Amino acid sequence: MNEQLQLDFDKIIKTLKISEKEIQLKKSFLKKFIENGFPNRKQEDWKFLDISQIIKKNIGELTFFNDYSLPNKIDASIFVDGLEHNKIIFINGRIEKIDFSYEDQSQIEINDEIGKNIRFDYENSLIDLNNAFTNKVYKILIKKNYSLKKPLIIYHSTNNKIRSKNVNLSLNFELEENSCLRLVDYFSDNTDKNFVNILYNFNLKKYSILKNYKLDKLRNNNLKYSFNNIEQDDNSISETFILSAGSDYFKNEVNCNLRGQYSSAFINGVFSLKENQQHEIRSTINHLVENTKSYQLIKSVLGKNSKSAYQGRIFVDSKAQKTDGYQLSKAILLDETSEFNAKPELEIYADDVKCSHGSASGSLNENSIFYLMSRGLNYQQSKELLINGFLLDVVEKITDSEIRNLVKNIIGLKE
Amino acid sequence: MDTREKDIEKLKDYKYGFTTDIENIKAPKGLNEDVIKFISNIKKEPQWMLDFRLKAYERLKLLKEPNWQKPKYPKIDYQDLYYYSAPKSMKDKPKSLDELDPKLLETYKKLGIPLQEQARLNGIAVDAVFDSVSVATTFKGELTKHGIIFCSMSEAIQKHPDLVKKYLGTVIPVTDHFFATLNSAVFTDGSFVYIPKGVKCPMELSTYFRINASQTGQFERTLIIADEGSYVSYLEGCTAPMRDENQLHAANVELIALDDAEIKYSTVQNWYPGDENGKGGIYNFVTKRGLCKGKNSKISWTQVETGSAITWKYPSCILKGDNSIGEFYSIAITNNHQKADTGTKMIHLGKNTKSKIISKGISAGFSDMTYRGLVDINSKAKNSSNYTQCDSLLMGNKCGAHTVPYIKNKNFDSNIAHEATTSKISEEQLHYCQQRGLNPEEAVGLIVNGFCKEVLQQLPMEFAVEAQKLVGISLEGSVG
Repeated sequence: MNEQLQLDFDKIIKTLKISEKEIQLKKSFLKKFIENGFPNRKQEDWKFLDISQIIKKNIGELTFFNDYSLPNKIDASIFVDGLEHNKIIFINGRIEKIDFSYEDQSQIEINDEIGKNIRFDYENSLIDLNNAFTNKVYKILIKKNYSLKKPLIIYHSTNNKIRSKNVNLSLNFELEENSCLRLVDYFSDNTDKNFVNILYNFNLKKYSILKNYKLDKLRNNNLKYSFNNIEQDDNSISETFILSAGSDYFKNEVNCNLRGQYSSAFINGVFSLKENQQHEIRSTINHLVENTKSYQLIKSVLGKNSKSAYQGRIFVDSKAQKTDGYQLSKAILLDETSEFNAKPELEIYADDVKCSHGSASGSLNENSIFYLMSRGLNYQQSKELLINGFLLDVVEKITDSEIRNLVKNIIGLKE
Repeated sequence: MDTREKDIEKLKDYKYGFTTDIENIKAPKGLNEDVIKFISNIKKEPQWMLDFRLKAYERLKLLKEPNWQKPKYPKIDYQDLYYYSAPKSMKDKPKSLDELDPKLLETYKKLGIPLQEQARLNGIAVDAVFDSVSVATTFKGELTKHGIIFCSMSEAIQKHPDLVKKYLGTVIPVTDHFFATLNSAVFTDGSFVYIPKGVKCPMELSTYFRINASQTGQFERTLIIADEGSYVSYLEGCTAPMRDENQLHAANVELIALDDAEIKYSTVQNWYPGDENGKGGIYNFVTKRGLCKGKNSKISWTQVETGSAITWKYPSCILKGDNSIGEFYSIAITNNHQKADTGTKMIHLGKNTKSKIISKGISAGFSDMTYRGLVDINSKAKNSSNYTQCDSLLMGNKCGAHTVPYIKNKNFDSNIAHEATTSKISEEQLHYCQQRGLNPEEAVGLIVNGFCKEVLQQLPMEFAVEAQKLVGISLEGSVG
């Protein structure tokens, strides 16, 4: 694999117009990735689902070079109907279109920031891989006091030009004071056996609001990894909703640093998995100052041969008095081959805090099914109704009504 | 304050901090094959026991110390320890208590453990382990009547080799982790309990451990076998003198419950925790594991952890038999610079197995407390259930409380429920108690005892009183 990495890396460097300093920086990331390789179960954060094994089993050998010189045809059929929205379209990791036609252009700035790689202060070799191979890093800046009129949908789509490829993409967002962004990540794939690696970095200034909805619903055989880093200033709010249902493998990581007082973070997630799917959500919320709040609710419905994992960590610094942290994960196992893993972690150094977590897993309640059947539903209908209610609980947490309805339609939930 | 006064002052904090001046026989310092042979030889062990030790030692050479735990400690020089230390007068083991070195008896009296037969009132059979060897076991006659074997490990190796050979190392194999393997290589003594079929042990069995000599590691090994339909309740207590250096305690405890048997294992751990600046104290790296081997068997762990500079232990249950039950009740209190990383593992293998975990952690001063637990329900463990509750209480903002549960559910018939909260003592509760005339320390003591009640209830009566007092003492000076 290492020779392939080096070879593909040299090809990418040739196509990039960047300074020698930036090349050196990219080289250092590649070197780090080659040293560590793909993460495996020996690392605590990858204990439940071993990406290195999954890549070997599902894909085999990966290649890392993608030719971005030619544009791809945009297939308009993937667009979300019935909802006016701004678009960014990624096809095979190449940005094909950026469209903010509904917005006041003077309030949004878009710049290529390829040279400014962001380093995170903890070890994650997939971020190194991303930093080494991304060819474009756009920064989207929302100016002070501006709220986007329409949501922004980022389409992540792949076509049959690629196979057994690693695709890396990265975006930076800055929300200036009192601005608001509704961001939907919409995944639609026409390929299989690729590994997509997405890195987002959000910088939320005072009083800004970020709502990020990740919708992976359409069934495909790709493997995906997404990392959101969110830095939050005073009174800012971040809301993340993850629908994890489409890909063979999807790991969503959210790292949230609550650096400003009265800032809050919400993470809600739904796993709805079937045959051979393995998904994971890992969240880290760092409460670093006083009066911050976090709330997490993750629910799984697990079919045959599927596996979900939730690793949630709440860290409370000794300065962060009056923290309010809450974590709940629930799972329904539908088949004897399904598996649920959880590691809800609390690390607390301040005494005046309110932190709790809960986790429950089991099969559908037979009594409830009996109750519904005695009222005239058949077994299948009763089961569906119960699962519907179980998941609706999380979807109702979506604060944006337009998106909430979109998600309900996508999952097929009824009220 | 002159030095003597200071010493007295110190003793007030940790009343078991005295040393006893007794001549000791020690093995040469260091860890090597010769030392292991020396230990085996001095205990007149059969060849198979020596082979067991050497096998473990071979394995040990390949192992590295684990480093994933939260409390880090300076590197231990395993070559700078004595692996065997015994009171000289014990060379020829006394036949009865009358022959016991009076100084030893006095030591145990100070500890509040009456070895003399007048202890009959208490109705607890005691096996006392001083440094590395078992010095006395009480109530032998009464127990023998029921066919119960309760003796030191070395005696069991001599007198009941079949039982020891059959069960030793079956729950904690010699190939386990570093400290367990170290123990298998160099363990010196401990308690051995065998309860025959259908016997309900008429009294509580108890062992008191005491580290006396300096630069000594204590490696005891306890093996408890409850045969079909039997019941036993076992208590363990530990203390050590105050020393500036850190001492290592790496014990192995194996419990085996056959069909319909029940074992209740209670620990009040009060090793010397080090002084208020975090100097000295015991490193308590213990491996405790119980195997519910038979149907309908039950193992219940109760622990009150107040001592040690670093506590690092996870009493576990392997629920192999169908319908077996595992329970874990724990109170862990850390103050000053103490660190604890403790919890349990419940491994469900059999059908209809049930487990319950109640863990209460209290941290004060500059200390750090971690609950780390695993609940693993295997795909064959149909209709199993687990309930976990871990609560932490923080006193001050210099300390830490952490919860790291691992939950693995591979069976769709099974239920796992987990809850955890972290909080501090509310001002209202404190105010309420003080209004009714309690001083702040008493108020905290009362509230903490209430917080711990669920676990304290599980302890046998005699221990519960001691534990309750201990909870109060451990937190002295942490408020106000």
